[in-house]
Amino acid sequence: MTAPSGLVFNVQRFSVHDGPGIRTTIFLKGCPLACTWCHNPESQELAPTFVRLRHRCMQCGRCTEAELASDTVFNKAACDVADCPTGALQLVGERISADALVVRVLRDRTFFETSGGGVTLSGGEPLVQAPFAIDSLKRLRAEGVHTALDTCGFASWEHLRDAAEHADLVLYDLKLMDPARHETATGVSNARILTNLSALCSLHQAVWVRIPVIPGVNDDEANIDATAAFVSALPRLGQVSLLPYHPTAEPKFARVGKHYTHHGTATPSNAHLEAIAARFRARGLPTSIGGQAA
Amino acid sequence: MSTVHTASIAATPRTERLRRDSLDTAPSINAERAEIITAFYKEHLGKYSIPVMRARAFYELCDTKTLYLGDGELIVGERGPVPKAVPTYPELTCHSAEDLRVLNSRPKTSYRVAPEVIETYEREIIPFWRGRSLRDVMMAELPAEWHDAFAAGCFTEFMEQRAPGHTVADGKIYRKGMLGFKAEIAMAIAALDFERDPEALDKREQLQAMSIACDAVMRFAERHADLAAVEAVTTNDDARRLELLNIASVCRHVPANAPRDLHEALQMYWFCHLAVITELNGWDAFSPGHLDQHLAPFYAQGLADGSLSRESARELLECFFIKFNNHTAPPKVGVTAAESGTYTDFANINLAGLTRDGVDGSNDVTHLLLEVIDEFHLLQPSSNMQVSRKTPDAVLKHALRVIRNGYGFPSLFNADVVVEEQLRQGKTLEDAREGGCSGCVEVGAFGKEAYILTGYFNLMKMLELALHDGFDVRTGKYIGARTGDPSRLQTFENLFTAFAAQVRHVLDIKIRGNQIIERLYAARMPHTFLSVITDDCIATGRDYNAGGARYNNSFIQAVGIGSVTDALSALKEFAFDKEEVSLPRFVNALAANFHSDEVLRQRLVHKTHKYGNDDEYADALMTRTFNMLFEAIDGRPNTKGGAYRLEMLPTTCHVYFGEVCLASADGRSQGQPLSEGISPVQGADRAGPTAVLNSAAKMDHVKTGGTLLNMKFSPSLVAGEHGLDALHALVRGYFTLGGHHMQFNVVTAEQLRAAKANPAAHRDLIVRVAGYSDYFCDLSEALQDEIIARTEHGEF
Repeated sequence: MTAPSGLVFNVQRFSVHDGPGIRTTIFLKGCPLACTWCHNPESQELAPTFVRLRHRCMQCGRCTEAELASDTVFNKAACDVADCPTGALQLVGERISADALVVRVLRDRTFFETSGGGVTLSGGEPLVQAPFAIDSLKRLRAEGVHTALDTCGFASWEHLRDAAEHADLVLYDLKLMDPARHETATGVSNARILTNLSALCSLHQAVWVRIPVIPGVNDDEANIDATAAFVSALPRLGQVSLLPYHPTAEPKFARVGKHYTHHGTATPSNAHLEAIAARFRARGLPTSIGGQAA
Repeated sequence: MSTVHTASIAATPRTERLRRDSLDTAPSINAERAEIITAFYKEHLGKYSIPVMRARAFYELCDTKTLYLGDGELIVGERGPVPKAVPTYPELTCHSAEDLRVLNSRPKTSYRVAPEVIETYEREIIPFWRGRSLRDVMMAELPAEWHDAFAAGCFTEFMEQRAPGHTVADGKIYRKGMLGFKAEIAMAIAALDFERDPEALDKREQLQAMSIACDAVMRFAERHADLAAVEAVTTNDDARRLELLNIASVCRHVPANAPRDLHEALQMYWFCHLAVITELNGWDAFSPGHLDQHLAPFYAQGLADGSLSRESARELLECFFIKFNNHTAPPKVGVTAAESGTYTDFANINLAGLTRDGVDGSNDVTHLLLEVIDEFHLLQPSSNMQVSRKTPDAVLKHALRVIRNGYGFPSLFNADVVVEEQLRQGKTLEDAREGGCSGCVEVGAFGKEAYILTGYFNLMKMLELALHDGFDVRTGKYIGARTGDPSRLQTFENLFTAFAAQVRHVLDIKIRGNQIIERLYAARMPHTFLSVITDDCIATGRDYNAGGARYNNSFIQAVGIGSVTDALSALKEFAFDKEEVSLPRFVNALAANFHSDEVLRQRLVHKTHKYGNDDEYADALMTRTFNMLFEAIDGRPNTKGGAYRLEMLPTTCHVYFGEVCLASADGRSQGQPLSEGISPVQGADRAGPTAVLNSAAKMDHVKTGGTLLNMKFSPSLVAGEHGLDALHALVRGYFTLGGHHMQFNVVTAEQLRAAKANPAAHRDLIVRVAGYSDYFCDLSEALQDEIIARTEHGEF
């Protein structure tokens, strides 16, 4: 059997917010959603993406003025990336085999073991590349590594079920309860996401629901209450994590030629986050602010 | 059993006042010691053997120097007439009047020098010691090849200005007083064989000198007892009268006898400390070693018999800490006097670790000391924790909480590897466990070893010499071996061979110089008191500086492994593997400091394999360089029956070594600092802390006498129990991989501002943004400002 290969856009070591302990988070490229606040808009497309980091560019003369004037990159090939002296021109997305990926992430095995950490598969949406994601999880499990799957839930039930089978922990993102508002904010309806989550919780021992708190999008009382009511009815849910909105993604949107609609939005205050957390805790759900264990 | 005490109580008003006084007092130079020593030498020169002369001069100091007994002090004794009055050691190194003027006026780390001190120096001190001081003799003895290599910045020399030092006490002074040591010395003299041992007379002189040194320290204590008794009569404060009478009683008992309680134990150490640093000016003062282990029985007994409470014990420890802070490092002379230095003398307290029997050494005093360290934030003493597999998590986490408060202390050592390093050097298991680290990161058998740092070694200069056929461009001289024109280095193997040849050539020059220096100290500068308390100087009748200690390792400290690895990596990839930039073009670009070739420099900075990223291409060159150094240094004999060992630490020498180097192939511009310790080049590590630790652990730390790794974190990254757990796991992980030492700096808002202004020098700085972490310099300006503001307000 030939091992599947996948398109990975980042392997982030010393991740301490994507599950327990010190973890390596593997970000897979491609996502069926297009959330307006997405932290990694360059991850959405299921193909390598060229980007230019302006702050690194030394204007060495390899790119034309017209190229430099544009937010997005055009007319470039992989060899241009290699030639760029400062690394300002980058190709986001690397094709890698599951074998090679496992070897790479196992370099931090010692730290997984001293911290109770492991590996998290994230994205994008990892289940866009389901065979690769499932194979990687399986191989890591076989190596005795704690595995986590971070998913938006918008996937076929079979893919989700098979991936979850090889994950010690599932981090399940939940954005909005109202289907129409969900579609406006992410581009898709939440129907499948909600049924998948219910089904998963009746099957899997360890599921954490992660809720990005996006001011003006999903932090209103009605949505928070509806979310709390829904998740508290789920069987055996491990915990809820609130992930506060952060404006870091704005320059990244420009780089991939997308429009950012949250300009000027501030990070929610601690008081606001605590108030939201209290709604979940009142229903008996362990709740953390940030991705760590509650 | 260890208990964790989280709540820090405030220091008592007494120790708060003493602490403030110590912080507010400006360091000054005092000529009293120089005057006493000079007068004694003028009067008695030629009457006695050298060791006896040294010991008698030391006795004269203890008998006549001005005493100090500060208001409210419980632990007594100062090296100078008042706190922070720093003596000079003209017999070792004689300052010029110009040196003293520079010290008085330099903007950083200045020392007040009164005009009378300079007058005394010009009238009495300089005329006698110029040409007689050990430094003057040494400089005349060292050959031209040594002076040329020294001037080129190939290496530094520790003993050029200060005596062999940074040594550490073991537990014997808590079990035996000076009277006991004198009895041992008398027996050793009685056992001398004048018939058959041609060295019998030398040994007797040495042993007599050691006996006089014991008398000197007892005399010093007796004078303090008398002074306290007199002040007890004159004081109007009843409470203070009782304290003074107690001080008098303590000083009449120690150091003549073994201490009986915690107060006497601390005073015992302090008298020994003062004796060591008054007799000679050794590197890094002197250190108490495993203080928590030494003090634990006295503390437990005091609690049991009701003579101590946790609070009174802590007050005594605080009084003890203030004493260290009062003792500013003696300043250097000549060129180095103009550079900014440091006031710290690197006295270092060891926490936790292992006992002689291999049991976890932490106890309640460990926590008590951590509280004092956390609260006092004094420059001195430094502190470290030796973390073994057996050290409880609660103890390590207490240390990490203290570190997190941002003062860099305590630093952390791997106790299990420290034992292994010493076993490799041939020490017994028990001696190795009783040993540990002192100064910065150096490993030694406490109370049993003269482990001498001999100087830093500039790795980047060796590569530079290899690229110039042994010629040093800056000084315009051939310093190194003639390894051939770079155009003839056809393969990377040729280049590495030339590099290794330069290393060996310059090491030979250094070691030939070291041996001369070592013999000069052995013959002319015995350290008689230190010999009393270092095994086996009494048994062998030999001085600490002449091979009398049980173990005698000499260290050479290599600097710039990160920079030289990255430079080799760039040369290998571009000049040989890809053949894109020829070696001669490299040599020209580097000599021209990349003038008109900024594109090349950028590629070297951004597009080559760098050490610190867990990248095999670069890391293999690091281990190859390290192994080459190890082979070139380890095991070479010194003149005291010991051997040379390799260490990887820089203090601040990576800055000086960078200044004397041309631009290098890692993209470093001319004059910029080299990498420090075994840390990656500033900003070259881009894969996070676990990658740095994996890279650093590929070096076989067991083969060294110490390595130094610094890491920087923002407060947010280590905030809360979650952050503490992550830090804890990094330490345990690195030590599982065999790392020797690590030190965390938790950065301040000020440092973040510096990173914003100068991103190139701070590219490795990781900050927690919100729910995730990123490189600070890659964040937008607005975000940087926000993080600076949040760090400033401690809102994480």
